[in-house]
Amino acid sequence: MTKQHANWSPYDNNGGSCVAIAGADYCVIAADTRMSTGYNILTRDYSKISQLADKSVMASSGFQADVKALQKVLSARHLIYQHQHNKQMSCPAMAQLLSNTLYYKRFFPYYAFNVLGGLDSEGKGCVFTYDAVGSYERVGYSSQGSGSTLIMPFLDNQLKSPSPLLLPAKDAVTPLSEAEAVDLVKTVFASATERDIYTGDKVEIVILNASGIRREYMDLRKD
Amino acid sequence: MSPSLDLPPKGGFSFDLCRRNAMLENKGLKAPTFLKTGTTIVGLVFQDGVILGADTRATEGPIVADKNCEKIHYMAPNIYCCGAGTAADTEAVTDMVSSQLQLHRYHTGRESRVVTALTLLKRHLFNYQGHVSAALVLGGVDITGPHLHTIYPHGSTDTLPFATMGSGSLAAMSVFESKYKESLSRDEGIKLVVEAICAGIFNDLGSGSNVDVCVITKGHKEYLRNYLLPNPRTYANPKGFEFPKKIEVLLTKITPLKEKVEVIEGDAMEE
Repeated sequence: MTKQHANWSPYDNNGGSCVAIAGADYCVIAADTRMSTGYNILTRDYSKISQLADKSVMASSGFQADVKALQKVLSARHLIYQHQHNKQMSCPAMAQLLSNTLYYKRFFPYYAFNVLGGLDSEGKGCVFTYDAVGSYERVGYSSQGSGSTLIMPFLDNQLKSPSPLLLPAKDAVTPLSEAEAVDLVKTVFASATERDIYTGDKVEIVILNASGIRREYMDLRKD
Repeated sequence: MSPSLDLPPKGGFSFDLCRRNAMLENKGLKAPTFLKTGTTIVGLVFQDGVILGADTRATEGPIVADKNCEKIHYMAPNIYCCGAGTAADTEAVTDMVSSQLQLHRYHTGRESRVVTALTLLKRHLFNYQGHVSAALVLGGVDITGPHLHTIYPHGSTDTLPFATMGSGSLAAMSVFESKYKESLSRDEGIKLVVEAICAGIFNDLGSGSNVDVCVITKGHKEYLRNYLLPNPRTYANPKGFEFPKKIEVLLTKITPLKEKVEVIEGDAMEE
């Protein structure tokens, strides 16, 4: 007699793609604004990006109810940190906090695929990429979500050297200028929209640098 | 010795491997997905004939496999058929019936009738008990007048003044139910069909890209491929991208195979 399985799932996938790229003195974080369920669109105008601290911005795709809950937990913990330490959390510190928060729910996970971007204490761009249960790594660029399989190989091609044995190694923080990186992100989303049904409508691009934070929007295909 | 694994002599599907497939699925192997057409297809009857419409996106799960495929299939000079469901099934079944209709035309010396195509399709689909996953909107004008039918994968049919099928059928039908009326003019009919397909394209994730339209009247047909292109690519980097032309060679090792193989002259290859 095989075990009876539940015919109700607590999870749903609202689709979408996120990308982050780290530069020498900036960080670009982007996500599309489409929220869907099954074959239907719930809204064309939903932000998947949340600013957790002065220099940390998180983009999350997956189940948006879990994403919203996660954002609330992190922002509450950040407020407590500010009260206790009289300063903002650095990006690497926030990265560790996010990892711990995710692993805390190891046996009933947040269905959230996150990418954290920001500036480290030296002012250099940093990007951290996560899985659903908190495994993370600092990288030069990353993508998550339904379009990530389409986006990641292209970023690897443009931002990574073919082999780590070749010098100068093109990995980690990209030598591209801020404008070039934003351009790359726009192209990457336009391409992902062509082939992934869950990505589209608009892309929200957040740029963090020494002068502060800037937001840009670009229209994508709405079909 | 009685033959136990003969192929069924009369054709049709052989279900011999179903037990093995079920066993593999239990072990965790995922079956390959089919290319489905996601799809919004519509048809309506207007004053002088019928108008068919379709989107042009073909999906494989969440990925767009073809951004501009053709879903309005030719059946006869006066009959066209839109297809939703598994792409291979809709292609195969419409090609097959189209050939049968041509032979029938030679045999009878007359123009094909829509009900003939209808019967040939529904008999075939019923025979395969729904395993041929083709949902069709068949329309045409023959000697008895304009006709529009829908055909479901299990073989049932409906005769309607306006019809929609596919994952975007609800979005398209909402437009038809609000705006359809009898005896529409050609331009009004095309406008309504385009509106219905666009509703599917923008509100259903399984449908997208462009609108194809086909207008059939007595003695004349117009296949308007890509009648509307409402989804151009939004951004392409004007400078283009550089792709490293070389593949980096990290290590070269050449092993002549001649030393490892025994070369026998003459008859080595003969059975």
